[in-house]
Amino acid sequence: MKLLYFAWVRQKVGTSEEVVTPPASVNTVSALVDFLRERGPGYETAFANLKAVRVAVNQRHSGLDAAVGPEDEVAFFPPVTGG
Amino acid sequence: MSAIRVQTADFDPGEEIAKLGGAQGTTGAIATFTGLVRGDGGLVAMTLDHYPGMCESEISAHVAAAYTRWPLLAVRIVHRVGRLTPGERIVFVGVASAHRQAAFAACEFLMDYLKTSAPFWKLEEREAGSNWVEARAEDDASVKRWQSP
Repeated sequence: MKLLYFAWVRQKVGTSEEVVTPPASVNTVSALVDFLRERGPGYETAFANLKAVRVAVNQRHSGLDAAVGPEDEVAFFPPVTGG
Repeated sequence: MSAIRVQTADFDPGEEIAKLGGAQGTTGAIATFTGLVRGDGGLVAMTLDHYPGMCESEISAHVAAAYTRWPLLAVRIVHRVGRLTPGERIVFVGVASAHRQAAFAACEFLMDYLKTSAPFWKLEEREAGSNWVEARAEDDASVKRWQSP
């Protein structure tokens, strides 16, 4: 599974992208977040307030209940501020 | 006909408008919006981060939605990324139609969605340090007016 992080989520996690192989039970964004929180304090800080984090699965805005699998690209970022 | 570009380089609004006009003689109205970096609060620079690929696909989806909603002839959108200083252009949205109402409305619609759904993030740089711009509730409210009840 390919993970991407943007803006302050990237700064807190400490990397812009990585490939992870979570157990098969990690099949939703929510379960993925729980899995990532175990990876270190940076992740814990980044995901401390899930209301402040947005997610995209395969480049489409998604929710915490969205399904994810080994072939997916999942991105975490703050609410967008372009324009 | 639509053109969507995400780039670090500056753009020429005049050139974009000329390209929106077309030679077919059916265009009666071109509405454009150009966003600039505001230098208030001692802003030194603004760095735009983005999600390559998703930016283009989000913008394309909203351009397609605009075409189904209004009789448009052309749309051109340019969004810059990287480090920009006060006074520099950030974004351009230009829409061509036969009549002004559609052009004005579609231009606002596209700009509202660009601000609330395209994955761009602004990092403000000041003398005291840098901080990420927070999303504004007003922008979410602006986009709601395009959603039918």
